[in-house]
Amino acid sequence: MRLKAGGQIDRDTKLSFRFDGKHYKGHPGDTLASALLANGVRLMGRSFKYHRPRGVLTAGSDEPNALVELRSGGRQEPNTRATVVELFDGLHAAPQNAWPSLRFDALAINDKLSNFLTAGFYYKTFMWPAAFWEKLYEPIIRRAAGLGSITTQPDPDPYDKGFLHCDLLIIGAGPSGLMAALTAGRAGARVILADEDFRMGGRLNAESYAISEMAGSDWAAQIVAELVSLPNVRLMPRTTVFGAFDHGIYGAVERVSDHLPVPQTGKPRQTLWRIYTRRTLLCAGALERPIAFANNDRPGIMTASALRAYVNRWAVSPAETVAVFTNNDDGHRTAADLIAKGVKVAALIDTRPDAPKAAGTELLAGAQVIDTSGRLGLTGVTVKLANGQTRKLACGALGVSGGWNPNVSLTCHQRGRPAWEERIAAFVPAGDLPQGMIVAGAAGGQFSTHATLAGGAEKAAQALTDLGITATKPDLPQAEDAPTRITPFWHVKSDKRAWLDFQNDVTVKDVKLAHQEGFRSVEHLKRYTTLGMATDQGKTSNMGGLAIMAELTGQSIAQTGTTMFRPPYTPVAMGVLAGRSTGQDFRPTRLTPSHHWAKEQGAVFVEVGMWLRAQWFPRKGETTWRESVDREVSATRASVGVCDVTTLGKIDVQGTDAAEFLNRSYCNAFAKLPVGRVRYGLMLREDGIAFDDGTAARLAEDHFVVTTTTANAVPVYRHMEFARQCLWPDMDVQLISTTEAWAQYAIAGPNARKLLQKIVDPAFDISNDAFPFMACAEITVCNGCPARLFRISFSGELAYELAVPTRYGDALIRRIMAEGAEFDVTPYGTEALGVMRIEKGHAAGNELNGQTTALNLGMGRMVSEKKDSIGAVLSRREGLSTADALKLVGFRPKNPQSRIPAGAHLLEKGAKMIVANDLGYVTSACYSPTLESYIAIGFLKNGQARMGETLRAASPLTGEDVEIEIVSAHFVDPEGDRLRA
Amino acid sequence: MHDLAPMTALGASEPRTDTIGPIRITEAPDWALASVAARLGQEATCQTALRKLLGTPAPGVAAQASGPVLSAFWIGPHIWMFEAPYATHPDLAQQVKAACADTASVTDQTGAWVRFELTGRDLPRLMERLCNLDMGAMQAGHARRSVIEHLGCYVIRHEDSITLYGPRSSAQTLHHALITAARSVF
Repeated sequence: MRLKAGGQIDRDTKLSFRFDGKHYKGHPGDTLASALLANGVRLMGRSFKYHRPRGVLTAGSDEPNALVELRSGGRQEPNTRATVVELFDGLHAAPQNAWPSLRFDALAINDKLSNFLTAGFYYKTFMWPAAFWEKLYEPIIRRAAGLGSITTQPDPDPYDKGFLHCDLLIIGAGPSGLMAALTAGRAGARVILADEDFRMGGRLNAESYAISEMAGSDWAAQIVAELVSLPNVRLMPRTTVFGAFDHGIYGAVERVSDHLPVPQTGKPRQTLWRIYTRRTLLCAGALERPIAFANNDRPGIMTASALRAYVNRWAVSPAETVAVFTNNDDGHRTAADLIAKGVKVAALIDTRPDAPKAAGTELLAGAQVIDTSGRLGLTGVTVKLANGQTRKLACGALGVSGGWNPNVSLTCHQRGRPAWEERIAAFVPAGDLPQGMIVAGAAGGQFSTHATLAGGAEKAAQALTDLGITATKPDLPQAEDAPTRITPFWHVKSDKRAWLDFQNDVTVKDVKLAHQEGFRSVEHLKRYTTLGMATDQGKTSNMGGLAIMAELTGQSIAQTGTTMFRPPYTPVAMGVLAGRSTGQDFRPTRLTPSHHWAKEQGAVFVEVGMWLRAQWFPRKGETTWRESVDREVSATRASVGVCDVTTLGKIDVQGTDAAEFLNRSYCNAFAKLPVGRVRYGLMLREDGIAFDDGTAARLAEDHFVVTTTTANAVPVYRHMEFARQCLWPDMDVQLISTTEAWAQYAIAGPNARKLLQKIVDPAFDISNDAFPFMACAEITVCNGCPARLFRISFSGELAYELAVPTRYGDALIRRIMAEGAEFDVTPYGTEALGVMRIEKGHAAGNELNGQTTALNLGMGRMVSEKKDSIGAVLSRREGLSTADALKLVGFRPKNPQSRIPAGAHLLEKGAKMIVANDLGYVTSACYSPTLESYIAIGFLKNGQARMGETLRAASPLTGEDVEIEIVSAHFVDPEGDRLRA
Repeated sequence: MHDLAPMTALGASEPRTDTIGPIRITEAPDWALASVAARLGQEATCQTALRKLLGTPAPGVAAQASGPVLSAFWIGPHIWMFEAPYATHPDLAQQVKAACADTASVTDQTGAWVRFELTGRDLPRLMERLCNLDMGAMQAGHARRSVIEHLGCYVIRHEDSITLYGPRSSAQTLHHALITAARSVF
């Protein structure tokens, strides 16, 4: 119910929302949880295992119970904590884990079967028969398990990412965080103040006490206003710092639009920030822990601080009559605040016999809550009084306070282990904190408001001093400074189930069972019972579980230790981790200089090393890709074709030692390559396996241009840089990539020269005599455009590669097509390129597959013995040069129209398809329009000696089994007459 | 003069300009680029030649320097990228090579990069969504290499603007990232 006055909500504005199919009203400033409580809704979900009715346990991000599915369609978001969902008009949420309805859930039968569904139930029950696991048990368990459901529709909202830098990152904008930000902000430091809440102030917004005669929330607002005016301070509300990573880097998620029905156009739903800090001040506060007692999970039972927050911040009481159960003075504060707001407090039940007096309600000192009632919501509690008698109290809500745990999660992300502090009966940050992290306020175990304010200012000044920034601590406002008075009390002994971990349905009984069965280490306890393994990471449950295990083992809590908190602090949506990198923006796209022209021609593109390359150019009437590719191959071999080969890597190699550098980088010789000539080169890895092949053109004595395969452009450049910088730093060599600087086209076919002569300026003689096979030159084209011409051939035809500055690439392809019209010049794509290189027997990526040597490739003699080069020595390993080593050969099917499957393995006729009979494999296969037959190349054991033999190419994947003849890999023009023509 | 028409990296005949909030993103194709790497043992001589060419000392680590005509920024140990208006310096690489002679290796890089000029207020708010450079700490004359949208880029800070170089073939990807980030902020 909504109280008549108070609260930090805008009562003048009403927001409509829907939960579980019913319509409600709330106000700006509400969370979904506060608005539901204001509307009298306590039942918000069902538990994971027993499907018990559940309401809110907390008022913040530590909430384990009130999980809902928010929104619908592609925006549906499961496991959303109602306690942190900022209410907006039109919000709709659905309960999860309930069928057919929240009030009547069929799987609540699990609750009746709880004696069987104890910890370890799965491990024990589904062990046998083993065959049942995959087909029966797992599908059933998977259907029953899980929290909420994900949408199958794509998320329509954009997400973003970014990077921030600061001197001081302050995590948490409660009293210590605000005071720290004020101190550092006034000192001129670059400050980021991040808080997961949409309203800064932390507990100041939820408490009733004054700070310097102001309401705590007003004081917080005043400080925030000053911080906003400081240009060196960045305030980041709705931002959860979820992880402390290496070198002072933090991950944070800013919920930019989660408080809106739909993000504004162009604006992200959430942003992932990577924050680079010089120092970090953790002011994450503390989290109140519950006490375990029988049936302590009914809707209406929550932490006392949550009850206080709902009353003070949101002017909401979950019920007209409430009770409070505590082991420390903070529970008294809750009772006092409730009474001050006009809420009837049935009793204040304090486990301490010496509890301080309470005003306005009955104090039951030395008493314990031993049971509760109410199926879908709390109706009453049973109290065992100090004198042993029991008493029933009617109430609709119960606030429980078992003490406060400093919020140490982020201090543990670099394996810091907190230490037990008896004074507050809780763990405090200790050990190796993340680099540059300092802890202040309640997160450090300082619980009074005065202490948190003072701590924030002091620790901020300390952090800045480390950075050489002088800070003057602001005057401290007056604030309460009550000591922490607590008598640890973890659970009420009972035969009934008492919940520790509400999200994973772990009870005190489960911990006892774990102990009984020998799972006593905290890490074993966690995994055996699943305590703390839910999405809340046990923020409200770990401590209770540890304490009970300590009690059972007779060890202290300090000796029992803690499990490890890991990122993320709270769940992070996968979408925000991806940021903008989704769909077609998953990775960059590289466009060739002829891309726009090719698109106009209707080219079909394929992605190669992020490049979009034209795969083939369909023409009207062509119904299959084969028709287009066959035409392109035939036209090129008959007259002339043109292909964009810009994507091949180009590396400019200069320096007085450039030739010797290449001599050492390639396995074949380069030192004596004349200026104006190109040579094919093969690079080996250190281990002697073939790495990449390409050409090196010598433009001057001290200047080469090396080409690489498209996919290996970057790896080869990196490899050469490594060699230059680390292997041979005394060589005078300079490298730089020029892949993008030149638009390069292959012009191939018997009429290639005739076509080029129309484009190359007349001053340059490109006749066969003047510009023979493997010549290169810097020339001009089209009346003076600088260009480079290489007479090299991948297709096996008379061919050239012509390069111009990239900006002229589009114009050049159009010019080539125009000038080549009289020769029926045909653009060809990567498929035709592939067919022609297979016809010619040229190795490509399929053959340079990371397993093959120069010997395998038929280039064993290229590995020069007259010089040393990378990989040369290891390429001569005995095992790589056995008599039956694989050799590159060609294959022709006995029936020319029988397809040879790429990847097929080679077998003798009649041999079984087993590994022992494997003779090699097919690497590349295609239909050759030139030969009017399917052909292939691949590796065959002792292949060169088996020419003319008949084998089988069999694919266990496709079931194809084809008789093939072993032939030379050079199907077309084996003598090379065409390319020298 | 040859008759091949240039195309911008974004695939048009004219450079593109986008204005989003206070930010203007302009493609700047009219720049010639040449990389200069000092030869081994020639570093000092090379720097003397570059100083003469540039009219000011070649920039130090992660810096940019502007002379009366040319400008340059540091891209590695004893390696610089020289810039000049393309209209007046289409042969920038040859000019630089002539100045350095055998003290340096010079490579034409004009076609390798797309250049964007970013102007307007709050540029750091745009850049913080693109790369991990600390724009708050970058002063005019600073030049850094960084990764934007998985692409290796150069970011040069001027008094009131930022010059951004990215790989030309991915100009559309980079442009898309700039536009998306700008819309995300403004």
